[in-house]
Amino acid sequence: MTSAFPFHNQLCFIVFPYVAVLTFLLGTILRYRKDPFTYSSLSSQFLENRKHFWGLVPFHYGIVAVLVGHIVAFLLPRQILEWDSQPLRLYILEISALIFGLLTVVGLVGAIARRLTVSKVRVVTNGFDWFVLSLLLVQTISGVYVAIFHPWGSAWFAAAISPYLWSLARFNPDLGYVSMMPLGVQLHILMAFVIIFVTPFTRLVHVLVAPNPYLWRRRQVVRWYRSQKEAS
Amino acid sequence: MNVRSQVSMVFHLDKCIGCHTCSIACKNLWTDRRGTEYMWWNNVETKPGTGFPTKWEDQEKYHGGWEVKNGKLQLKSTSKAQTIFNIYHNPSMPTMDDYYEPWTYDYQHLFNAPEGTDQPTARPISMVTGELIQIEAGPNWDDDLGGSPVYAENDPNLKGLTPDQRAQLVAVERLVFFYFPRICNHCLNPACVASCPSGALYKRGEDGIVLVDQKRCRGWRMCVAACPYKKMFYNWNTGKSEKCILCYPRLETGQAPACFHSCVGRIRYLGVMLYDASKIEEMASLPDEDLVEAQRSLVLDPNDPEVVAAARKSGIHESVIESAQRSPVYQFVKVWKIALPPHIEYRTMPMLFYVPPMSPVMSNVADGTIHHVSDNLFHDIDESRVPLKFLANLFGAGHEEFVRYALRKQKAVRWYRRAVTVGDVEMATAERMLREADCSPEQAEAIYRLTSLCTFDDRFVIPPMHREEAIQMMEDPLEHKQGVGFGFLSGPRRGM
Ligand code: SF4
Ligand code: SF4
Repeated sequence: MTSAFPFHNQLCFIVFPYVAVLTFLLGTILRYRKDPFTYSSLSSQFLENRKHFWGLVPFHYGIVAVLVGHIVAFLLPRQILEWDSQPLRLYILEISALIFGLLTVVGLVGAIARRLTVSKVRVVTNGFDWFVLSLLLVQTISGVYVAIFHPWGSAWFAAAISPYLWSLARFNPDLGYVSMMPLGVQLHILMAFVIIFVTPFTRLVHVLVAPNPYLWRRRQVVRWYRSQKEAS
Repeated sequence: MNVRSQVSMVFHLDKCIGCHTCSIACKNLWTDRRGTEYMWWNNVETKPGTGFPTKWEDQEKYHGGWEVKNGKLQLKSTSKAQTIFNIYHNPSMPTMDDYYEPWTYDYQHLFNAPEGTDQPTARPISMVTGELIQIEAGPNWDDDLGGSPVYAENDPNLKGLTPDQRAQLVAVERLVFFYFPRICNHCLNPACVASCPSGALYKRGEDGIVLVDQKRCRGWRMCVAACPYKKMFYNWNTGKSEKCILCYPRLETGQAPACFHSCVGRIRYLGVMLYDASKIEEMASLPDEDLVEAQRSLVLDPNDPEVVAAARKSGIHESVIESAQRSPVYQFVKVWKIALPPHIEYRTMPMLFYVPPMSPVMSNVADGTIHHVSDNLFHDIDESRVPLKFLANLFGAGHEEFVRYALRKQKAVRWYRRAVTVGDVEMATAERMLREADCSPEQAEAIYRLTSLCTFDDRFVIPPMHREEAIQMMEDPLEHKQGVGFGFLSGPRRGM
């Protein structure tokens, strides 16, 4: 099945992804159960406002759009390919993806510069934060690099990467296309799994607790100690 | 009717001497940790003044509280849809500069300084960065009208005052001010709770105390912007929001909150009020001028058999109902109507009420002393040196009648007591004043007693909170024998 591919490819694109996802699941769940207090966005807006705006807003808008794009391409490859069948639509998709990618990089660089220069913010930055920031920087830059130098990513992602990811999800790993991908793309894939791997140990967990009950819950929250039956 | 009970409060501003003992009691108990140094869950402001954080009452800047938009009650700072976009950067969020950068002094330098010709000094260092700083602001920076041209003159409550009235507040040698102690109001319609994207903020069903679940707070900071009183604080170290907890661990063991307990002027009262929770939203949506009355109408008469029956049906413990019947707060707010909610126009339905200050009683006319004019016994109230309009902006959504009513009644009580004890005022005059102020002699006597002669137990009627039963219901008490108390069993650790 997979033995036709070199060992390091198997290690990077089969073994490691499973290790990363397993660590991610176990780590985040255990951390949530054992130490829920540590789940926080750890925002530093309170300490510095202006640079925060110029860094964090483009970064988050960018990364959310890019992530959603990746997930959609993973889940609905056929629809994406259909959309791409007309050149104009393909261009629109590619260009907006690139714009969001650039937005992410610019915002991230701004955020890093802010952490370096504002002394109050430096106080709440630890080694793990720097580690996460550099991972993200490498990942977003490699993403933009791929978008520019290996164009029509929306098409080949749907045609090649999506099947690879699905093969992993089905526990029937198939390295077919991935092993032939250019180095930049391979790096981007590998780094994605590195980030997934480290998530439980970093502030990235805040992504998992992004507000969701809010949109559906009633405005006021009341907690009772005595049983609810008694209380009308 | 959906009866709930609420631990409510009254601060009698005439008695506050501005000593800040309350703030210190609170700070020592709860906010001397890293990340909380700048927080003052209890603070005492000088009015007129811009307060803490600076200009917190300016909702054009902070967008706190609720507004009625298209007939619907909505948060000013954010809607649910906006939250999605503002969560990365909250545009209405105050920053540390709006409070102050906490500092200490480099005391070690006094001991370690090398020998030299000058005396070593202890220079201020930031408690955030540890670096030397220039102190530019602090809590109570404008205490007792310090820096009036910058602070007092920018008080948002001066809105609607004539230039004459403004000038009168700061006239040389006849300055006038009063103190305004503030804690979280543990509102009935809390904006902080409604704004929390994680549902971490909640109101305790049994006693109405508003708390942040530290384990669910994710540091989205929406509450900091939403609370119009700026009584939600962001702990920059742990990345969690914190607020006044009304010393619930003390209340649960029958003790008054630390700021209440330590209050030197004995201005603070605490007791249970029963209210109708089913009408909160409806009442909070009424026009500004109706809000004071609307909030009063939410408060139910604990002696009304119908209310008692409904309270029992809602599961309110007999002892709590009994406690509500003895509540000093109920008397001040609902029976005597001399305690008023602060800034009711923010529509959070605050459950901390203020008796507006009479002092200084001096008039603003002529030589500053009050001349008794027999045909209008209350003339000095409209001419008082703290313009009525100013008090009305604070305690009546800009409508003077509520404040006037409270002040007239207080004055009548004073004159009545003066007729009784000193005798230099005729009883007939005093009685006429009582009549005109809508007060019976019995009521005057009761107001006098609860204002001037109140003991600890008169001021604090703390309901039994029955937490022991609650805990028994949920967990095995033997198993949790050593786990009682407050907080975590491990120190709260900043996340990564
Ligand atoms: S005063 Fe502010 S923090 Fe306190 S309950 Fe009201 S809205 Fe919430
Ligand atoms: S302790 Fe009492 S008298 Fe002193 S400032 Fe506080 S509220 Fe006022």
